[in-house]
Amino acid sequence: MNVSREDILKVASLSKLELAEAEFEVVASKFRNVLAFVEQLNEVDTTGVEEMAHPVDVHTVTRSDTLQESLDHDVALSNAPKSDGEFFLVPPVLG
Amino acid sequence: MNQTPYRLVVGLEVHVQLSTETKLFCGCSTTFGAPPNTQVCPVCLGLPGSLPVLNEKAVQLAIRTGLALNCKIAEVTKWDRKNYFYPDLPKGYQISQFDQPICGEGYLDFPDPDAPETTQRVRLIRAHLEEDAGKSMHDEVHGRADSKIDLNRTGTPLLEIVSFPDLTSAAAAKAYLTELRLLLTYLGVSDCNMQEGSLRADANVNLHIPVDGNDIATPIVEVKNLNSFRAVERAIQYEAGRQFELWKQTGKTIKDAPKQTRGWDDEAGVTKAQREKEESADYRYFPDPDLVPLRVTEAMLSQQKVVLGESPSAARNRLQVNLGLKPYDADVIVSQGQSMVAYFDGVVAGGADPKRSSNWIQQDVMRTLKENDLSVEQFPISAARLSELLRAIDASVVDNTRGKSIFQYLLEHDATIPDAMAALGIVQVDSSEIETLCKELIDENPKVIAEARAGNAKALGSLIGAARKKNANADAKVVRELLQKMIDAM
Repeated sequence: MNVSREDILKVASLSKLELAEAEFEVVASKFRNVLAFVEQLNEVDTTGVEEMAHPVDVHTVTRSDTLQESLDHDVALSNAPKSDGEFFLVPPVLG
Repeated sequence: MNQTPYRLVVGLEVHVQLSTETKLFCGCSTTFGAPPNTQVCPVCLGLPGSLPVLNEKAVQLAIRTGLALNCKIAEVTKWDRKNYFYPDLPKGYQISQFDQPICGEGYLDFPDPDAPETTQRVRLIRAHLEEDAGKSMHDEVHGRADSKIDLNRTGTPLLEIVSFPDLTSAAAAKAYLTELRLLLTYLGVSDCNMQEGSLRADANVNLHIPVDGNDIATPIVEVKNLNSFRAVERAIQYEAGRQFELWKQTGKTIKDAPKQTRGWDDEAGVTKAQREKEESADYRYFPDPDLVPLRVTEAMLSQQKVVLGESPSAARNRLQVNLGLKPYDADVIVSQGQSMVAYFDGVVAGGADPKRSSNWIQQDVMRTLKENDLSVEQFPISAARLSELLRAIDASVVDNTRGKSIFQYLLEHDATIPDAMAALGIVQVDSSEIETLCKELIDENPKVIAEARAGNAKALGSLIGAARKKNANADAKVVRELLQKMIDAM
């Protein structure tokens, strides 16, 4: 599969990754390796095989609509890089 | 309708919060208004190692809604990750449904705002389940302070109902939403409280302008931030005008510009361009490996069919066809909700005339409810008791005016109709008494009688007042009829 420089830059930007020029070739080569690895699956003949949405043949796993205890407020905020004790704080987002 | 030089084309995306106790994929509460970040757990915070488990109630409510909206319910439905970065989405993706939504194509008929006795149909593309995001609060004034994030809402179950662009006016869009909300409350799947965000609508709007025999389409605009039905209506009207002016100036069509997102500013009454999210269209959907597919069984479908109940349109139809109400009256009662229909049914089931029941409910019952800010469940007069009163009026045991006094008394006292009448000193006057009364009136008012005989129909009116002064229990209608009869015989 041919992967262009633009493809890789687009995926990087969607993933919020900033690639320095020096890093680019390393990432690109790894990227292509992963795709080539997955591409091997194309060798399997899947004619007549039903599509699966999940690798294991299990379905309809549900729970009842029953309240469970939430985290303590302090605990919930304890991993936050920044908080005011009430909210998570993040750098200003406009719009 | 005003003739416009274009056809308006509108489709709506409606997000409805389903009435579950807990979130879509974890057991945290969905109650509105709790202190920030107190209804969160590792799953809805997106902490590493946590795993989502599907809430069966949300599935049931989605199926119920789909059935009521005439949708094809999927046999197999699955979960996909919709990836985007935003601080109120802690996992970096929203669990949604991409290519196998739980509800497929359907439709909803709603009263036509231009011809209320007929309906319009809006076709539905799909309805899918997804989790809600959290809430962000920004520094609106300076835009410099940190944004605050409350994740209580994160993971709350939503059903997104997407219509085809079948709506052809702002009024039709509002009428569709009104009917949808009514239906959803009848189904008990959502409280549809717009103030609390339980029902949110986005509108896709463009114009088809006939030019030299061809239709030219303007670029599609998605209008967001519509916080009331009125806002939906106003925003669509505004957009139509704006797009037409813009087309006249620039000539830009759907081929020249991508879909744009605009936000409705309710105070200013305008839509404003929103900053385009970079690559916003590329959500890189893929099946969520943490969740297995769901198979909808016959048993799950029939369980929901049983609890569907009567839809608003079926109730309107029944009140008109079976009980003889006018379309307007049937709609007023049905629009008040299922409990009001049940109350009306109770009054009629007690033997009262349906039209009289409808009048009393619309005037006296609904006015009292409104004045006292009560729901019909809290109304002090039971349907059976009101029925008893209306039957007494039907049978001329009491007249309408005395009936209103009894109604007032029943609001304050738990009494039978005979007891209420006794307490108010209302006695049924027998016909010989009325006859004596009428004779007296004729003897005492020769001038009025002369006028009445000369054909002045209004003349008798003054005698009715006089009759009631003599005997407060005299039925005005009976007195009038008897007076007329006696005069005619003179």
